[in-house]
Amino acid sequence: MHAPADRPEGPLAAADEPVPPVESPWRRFAAQFAASRLALVGLVLLIAILLLALFAPVIAPQNPYDLGKLDLMDARLPPGSDAMAGDLHYVLGTDGQGRDMVSAILYGLRVSLMVGVVSGVIALSLGGALGIVAAYRGGRFEQILMRIVDIQLGFPAILVALVLIATLGKGVDKVIVALVTVQWAYYARTARSAALVERNKEYMEAARGLGLSPLRIVLKHLLPNALPPLIVVGTVQVAHAIALEATLSFLGLGLPTTEPSLGLLIANGYEFLLSGKYWISVYPGVALLFTILAINLVGDQLRDVLNPRLSK
Amino acid sequence: MSAPLLAVTDLVTEFATRDGALRAVDGASFSVAPGEVLGLVGESGSGKSVTGFSILGLIDPPGRIASGSIRFDGRELVGADDETLRALRGNRIAMIFQDPMMTLNPVLRVDTQMIETVLAHERVSRRAARDRCVDALTRVGIASAGERLEQYPHQFSGGMRQRVAIAIALLNRPALIVADEPTTALDVTVQGQILFEMQALVREAGTALIWITHDLAVIAGLADRIAVMYAGRIVEQGPVAAVLDSPLHPYTRGLLDSVPANNAPGRPLRQIPGMTPSLARLPSGCAFRSRCGQAGPDCAAPVPLAARTDGREVRCVRPLAAGAGA
Amino acid sequence: MLVYILRRLAQTVLVLAVTSALVFAGIFMVGDPVEMLVNPQADQIERDRARTALGLDKPMLVQYGLFVKNALSGDLGTSFVYGRPAIDVIVERMPATLELAVLAMVISIVVGIPLGLYAGLKPDSPISKAIMAGSIVGFSLPTFWVGLLLIMLFAVQLGWLPSTGRGPSVDVLGLELSILHWEGLRHALLPAFNLALFKLSLIIRLTRAQVRENVLLDYIKFARAKGLARGRVLGVHLLKNIMIPLVTVIGLELGSVIAFAIVTESIFAWPGMGKLVIDSIFQLDRPVVVAYLMITVAMFIVINLVVDVLYSVLDPRVRLAAAKV
Repeated sequence: MHAPADRPEGPLAAADEPVPPVESPWRRFAAQFAASRLALVGLVLLIAILLLALFAPVIAPQNPYDLGKLDLMDARLPPGSDAMAGDLHYVLGTDGQGRDMVSAILYGLRVSLMVGVVSGVIALSLGGALGIVAAYRGGRFEQILMRIVDIQLGFPAILVALVLIATLGKGVDKVIVALVTVQWAYYARTARSAALVERNKEYMEAARGLGLSPLRIVLKHLLPNALPPLIVVGTVQVAHAIALEATLSFLGLGLPTTEPSLGLLIANGYEFLLSGKYWISVYPGVALLFTILAINLVGDQLRDVLNPRLSK
Repeated sequence: MSAPLLAVTDLVTEFATRDGALRAVDGASFSVAPGEVLGLVGESGSGKSVTGFSILGLIDPPGRIASGSIRFDGRELVGADDETLRALRGNRIAMIFQDPMMTLNPVLRVDTQMIETVLAHERVSRRAARDRCVDALTRVGIASAGERLEQYPHQFSGGMRQRVAIAIALLNRPALIVADEPTTALDVTVQGQILFEMQALVREAGTALIWITHDLAVIAGLADRIAVMYAGRIVEQGPVAAVLDSPLHPYTRGLLDSVPANNAPGRPLRQIPGMTPSLARLPSGCAFRSRCGQAGPDCAAPVPLAARTDGREVRCVRPLAAGAGA
Repeated sequence: MLVYILRRLAQTVLVLAVTSALVFAGIFMVGDPVEMLVNPQADQIERDRARTALGLDKPMLVQYGLFVKNALSGDLGTSFVYGRPAIDVIVERMPATLELAVLAMVISIVVGIPLGLYAGLKPDSPISKAIMAGSIVGFSLPTFWVGLLLIMLFAVQLGWLPSTGRGPSVDVLGLELSILHWEGLRHALLPAFNLALFKLSLIIRLTRAQVRENVLLDYIKFARAKGLARGRVLGVHLLKNIMIPLVTVIGLELGSVIAFAIVTESIFAWPGMGKLVIDSIFQLDRPVVVAYLMITVAMFIVINLVVDVLYSVLDPRVRLAAAKV
C-alpha cells in the first residue's frame, strides 16, 4: 500500500509510480461476471441444458417419435411406474400415448432450443447488419429503416407472430420466419445505436477521408463496438423466442405434432389436467421454465457487466 | 477568543472499496468562528468535498465517518441520530452544491422546492413561507421573484439557478453555510458576480461560511482564513493574507506559484511535479513528500499538524521561512 | 401541440392503411374458407354458389377495394361463421378483454411499484434479493403454463376459485363489466393474475432500476441537505422523477397486455376478443381476423399517442418546450 521510499527527490520526483500489472480484459470480464452467484448458477444450468439437448438421442431411454415403440397400454402412467411389458422405468410418467415423459422432454428441449437459437442467430445477423449499415450510411436509408423499426416495435410480438402464422401456415420454417420477423427490429435498433456512437467519433471522418474501404471500417470499428450490446439483447431475445414458440405451439399454431416442442407437450397434457394427471403438462413446463430462467440469469449479469453506467 | 461555531477534530471519513478502506479525510482538524469565512482549498481528490458532506452528515455507504469529532454550536454531530441531523440541515447548517443544473429537482417548481425547506423546519402558514421565499429570491438579485417562483428550474440560467440555491440556503437563516465549489460550474463573468454577492449576503446576515474550492484566486478576496488540504489532511491553516503572502507548506507554495497570474509574462508556467497519488498508494509519513523539493528521510514518519505562535498551523517538518515571498 | 397531434393522426391513418393491405393480402392466400363452411358432400355448384354469396369469387384487388369502401363507412365485413358484421362480433367481446387487461395492469402496478421501490432503496436486504430473484423467475415463467398451474392449484386442488369462464356481469353505462360483481371478480382473478405476472416482474425491475439510478443523483442529496423528512424526499422528489419513464412504459405495456390476453383467454375460456380471434383463425373466418387486427392496431396507435401526450404533460421540460412551438 505504501510506495517504495527509494525515490528520486527534488523537482524531478516525477510520476515514477509503480504501474499495476495489466489485467487481461477477458479475465476481468470473467471475474465481474462471476461476481453474481445467481448468474453462475444460471450459466451452469444453461450448459447442462444444452448438453442434455445435444445428447438427447443418446441419453433418452426411448425415442418418442418412433410410433412403433410406443405401447398404448402404458399411457397416462404416473411418475415412477414401470412399463407393462418390457423393462422401461418411467421416471416422470407417460403421456396420453404412452410416451416416456423424460424422453419426450429431452427431445422437446432439443426442438425448442433449436428453433429459438436458429431464429435468434438469423435475426441477429439480419437485424444487426441492417442496423450497422444504417448507422454507417446514414441519410434516407437510416431514416426509413428506423421508422420501420419503430413501427414494428410498437406492436406486441405475439400479434405479429399470430398474423404471420395465420398467413403463412404452420411448419418449422414458418415458425422460424415468424420468430425472426418479431426479433430483428430489436437487433437493428441496438446495433444502430452502438454503431452510431462510433460513427460520431472524429477518427471515422479521418478514416473515410483517407479512403479506407467501407467494409474495413465497418468490420474493424463499428462491428466490435456493436457486439456487446447485441449479445445482451440476444440473450433476452432468445429467451423470448423460446417462450413465444412454446406459446404458439400451445395454441396449436406452432410446430407440427411430428416434432413436438415443449409447448406442444404442455398442450397435450391440458386435457388431463382436471383429472389429476398433472405430470403430462407440468414437467415439460418445468423444463421450459429452467431453460428460459437460465438464459435470463446469464443475460442479466451480462447486461450488468457490459453496461458502463451501472458499474460502481 | 469566543467559542468556535464549528470545531472539527481529527475527522476520519473512509470509503470501503475492493482495495480496503480508503481514507478520503484522514485526521482533519479545523474550526470556524461565528460569522467567519473559511476557505477550504485543495485539488480534486484532496477530500475537501467529503469534509463538507461529513459536516452535514450526508456520507452514505460505502462511506462512513470512522472517527473524530464535529462539534457544532456545542453539540456533537458524529454519531448523532438521524432526526437531530435532519433538524439541523437546511436550518442551522445549509449546503450549496457545485452543479446547479443537477441539484434542483427538474420536475418540481421552484416555489415547491423553496417552500418545503421552510416548512420542514418551522410551523408557519404557506402564505408566510412563500413570502419569505420571495424575499430571499429578491435578495439574491432575481427580479420579478413572485413570477419566477412559479417556474421550473430549467427555465433559469446556470447563474440564476445557483442564486436560487443560495437563496434556499439562506431561507432559514442558518448559522453556517457550507458551499462546495459553488462557482466552478459557472461562466467566469457570473462567477465574479456570485462571489461578490455571497460575500455581501453573508456579512450582512453574520453567517459563517466554509467555501470549498480548488481555485486560490477565488478565495483571496472572500475568506478570512484558509485551510489547505492535501490527500485528506490539512497541511496548512491561517489568516488568508498571511498564508497567501508567505506560505509555510511547500504544497501551498506550489499552488501559489502555479497560478498563472503569479507568473512573469513570457516565462514558462510553473507546476508541482508529479501527480496526486491515489489514496490507495499514499507514501508513509508526509503524503506530499514524493513531490516535494525539500523532502528528506525524516519526512517518512507521520507529521503532526503543528500550531505556531502566530495563530497559524502547518504540517511540515521543514516549513518554509515566513517572509519568503514570491 | 395541436400540430403534433394532427401529424400523429395522419401517421395513424397511413399505418392503418398499410396494415390492412398487408393483412388482407396475406390472409387471402391462406386456405379456402368455403371448404370450412360448406357441407363436405356439397358438389361444386353449391360451392360456387357459396363462394359468390360470400363475394369470394371476385379478384383480390376488387375484394380489397370493396373492403376499404366498406371500412370507411364502418363496415369491416361480415363474419363467415356468425353471419353478422365482424365489428359487432368483436365489439361485443371487447369489454371482457378490456376488463381483464385493466385488472391485470392494476394488479401489476399496485404490487409491482412498491416492491420495486423497496428493492431499489434497500438493495442489499435479503427481502430485496428475494424480490429480485422472484422477478427473474416471474418473467421467465411461460404464461400459458402458469395459467395451467393456477387452474390446477386453485381450482382443482383447493377449489377456491372457479377454473374457467367469465362470471355474471353488471351493467355500467351500457357496458357489461363482470369485475364489479363479486362472483364475476372471483372468475376474473385467476386469469387476471396470470396475465399480470409477466408485467409485474417487468415493473418491479424497472422501478428498481429507476430508483437505483436516481438515488445517486445530486438533487436527492440536495433535498436531504435541506433537512427534508425522508418520506418527502422519497415520496415527492424521487417518485415524481421516476413516474415519468414508468408511466410511459406502463402505457405501452397496456397494448401488449391486451394482445397477450389471447393466450390467457384460451386457457381460461374467457369469452373475450382474444379467444374469438384464435377460433376465427382456425375456422378461417377471415373477416373477423382482419377486423380484429384493424381494431387492435387502431387501439395501439391511440394508446401510443396518449402515452406520448401524457409524457409531455408530466415532464415540465418537454411540456414547456412544446408550448413554445
